[in-house]
Amino acid sequence: MVGHLLVRPLYFLQIMESIITAQHTFKASKGRLINPGDLIFKNLTRFFAALILVLVVLMAYEMIRTSALSWNKFGFNFFIRSVWDPVQDEYGALPFIYGTLVSSLLSIVIAVPLSLGIAVFLTEVAPRWLERPVSFFVEMLAGIPSIVYGVWGFFVMVPWLRSTVEPFISKHLGFIPLFRGAPYGVGMLAAGIILSIMILPIIASISRDVLKAVPRSQTEAALALGSTRWQATRIALAYSRSGIFGAVILGLGRAIGETMAVTMVIGNRPTISASLFEPGYTMASVLANEFTEATSEMYISALVEIALTLFIITIIINSFARLLMWSVTSNERAQKA
Amino acid sequence: MRDYPGTRQTLIDIDTIPEKGKGVPVDHNKIVAENVSAFFGKVQAIRDIQISIPENSIVAIIGPSGCGKSTFLRSINRMHELVHGTRITGKILLDGEDVYSIDPVLIRKKIGMVFQKPNPFPTMSIFDNVAAGLRMGGTHDRKNIAEIVERSLQQAALWNEVKDSLSKSGVGLSGGQQQRLCIARALAVNPEVILMDEPASALDPIATAKIEELLFELKKRYTIVIVTHNMQQAARVSDYTAFFYMGELIEYDVTKKIFTAPSMKQTEDYVTGRFG
Repeated sequence: MVGHLLVRPLYFLQIMESIITAQHTFKASKGRLINPGDLIFKNLTRFFAALILVLVVLMAYEMIRTSALSWNKFGFNFFIRSVWDPVQDEYGALPFIYGTLVSSLLSIVIAVPLSLGIAVFLTEVAPRWLERPVSFFVEMLAGIPSIVYGVWGFFVMVPWLRSTVEPFISKHLGFIPLFRGAPYGVGMLAAGIILSIMILPIIASISRDVLKAVPRSQTEAALALGSTRWQATRIALAYSRSGIFGAVILGLGRAIGETMAVTMVIGNRPTISASLFEPGYTMASVLANEFTEATSEMYISALVEIALTLFIITIIINSFARLLMWSVTSNERAQKA
Repeated sequence: MRDYPGTRQTLIDIDTIPEKGKGVPVDHNKIVAENVSAFFGKVQAIRDIQISIPENSIVAIIGPSGCGKSTFLRSINRMHELVHGTRITGKILLDGEDVYSIDPVLIRKKIGMVFQKPNPFPTMSIFDNVAAGLRMGGTHDRKNIAEIVERSLQQAALWNEVKDSLSKSGVGLSGGQQQRLCIARALAVNPEVILMDEPASALDPIATAKIEELLFELKKRYTIVIVTHNMQQAARVSDYTAFFYMGELIEYDVTKKIFTAPSMKQTEDYVTGRFG
């Protein structure tokens, strides 16, 4: 409905008209002659572009509409309540928001140093014959379906965490609340690790591109001052810091929205616990798990409100990342000019 | 313009070239290149270069684009080898010691470099830019650093312009100021030789004049090798001039001689503007 309003009917008339009079040029606004083919092309592409906007607006509209019931009942408290009781129709999203944030942040903590290490290796250290295949494999990691990561995580990583890693950590670092509790295997730590593997290719490949865009003159300036390779790399990292930050934010966006793999290893229990070994739940996982069994209208409405929250968070994070990337590229252009 | 034997009309008014080089007491050759050849992959950029650069002098390297003058400059402080697939043969001696047998990090501390385009570190303040080399070299004493930064900026004739804005970003300066900042940055690590790769080619005439003036001051303490496209500049600032052509050193002599009575035909053609 909204779509019809946004795409002005006039364009369709013009397109039809130009098809009919395809052999003739005709006068457009300001009395200029234009080719009808160009006009079709222009308006057709304009239509497709508008479609994307319409889609996003419609999605937001639909979610706002459906979640109104839950919003009217719980209001802002929805976001700070930790009760999730479909039987009593009492809902609060806090454990899911907490689970999403903690698992994503954990994955960032693990993935960022690794990705930067890979990016620095690829740009500064690796010989050419090695750079290509390694880049290829890093990018290939991004193409593996998330369910594959989930299956691997569930059957290989989780048992290993349960039997080896978590007992080891709790034995030596158990005095920190983060690492206290029974080693379940499934839980926040497992989710964080699987997510870090999944976002690693994004952060690594974008950071590599950003580092490659550092002008040679910068590294050479450092080296000519008698810096070591590592010091010159630090100059390059400082130069590209906002681009790398953008890469991290894009990775964070992916981690926040990731569903299947996390659902399989996080344990799916809506609790808030200080320990990373305890099971948790994320916004994306609860949607995947409970949508099919949501019976009451309030249940559906609460789930949709969670979806809307996730939608808004990812939009904010992604636009933030884009802005940062743009500022980097426009700086480059300014420097070239 | 008088006619000198063996010269056509030169681009430069010969009388304006100061007598230099002759009076300089040459007791020590700071840099000696022996049979230096450099390659990019299979392409040979310079061929068997033999040259001696006296201490506390300014040597200009001139020649048409692609003649290998920058490559030679960059092989002195081992920057040439940073590009993939490059190779170098022959010897370059700094005070009698082959630079290729010493850690490049140490060599580059002794042989500073100023590039064609000003390249201050954009994330650092003016102060930090000058201090960068010191800090990377392991100097962390604040008082010491502050002293050296001030001295270097004064040597680069920039102190009076920036002393009140040391904490501001270096990229906010004008092009000429940025280049002098880069010179100060190079001076701060206390080098013995300064290589300059067309340091004024991106600058306007006034900024260029300032840099040239600066060179005369720096000569007292440092040995300077400057690559330039600008023959007037070479004539104005240098004691000795080397003419490179097609990767070879064609002629190397006292600057005045190169511009007034060169012994090689190619040199004459170049300085009279017949090619290049």
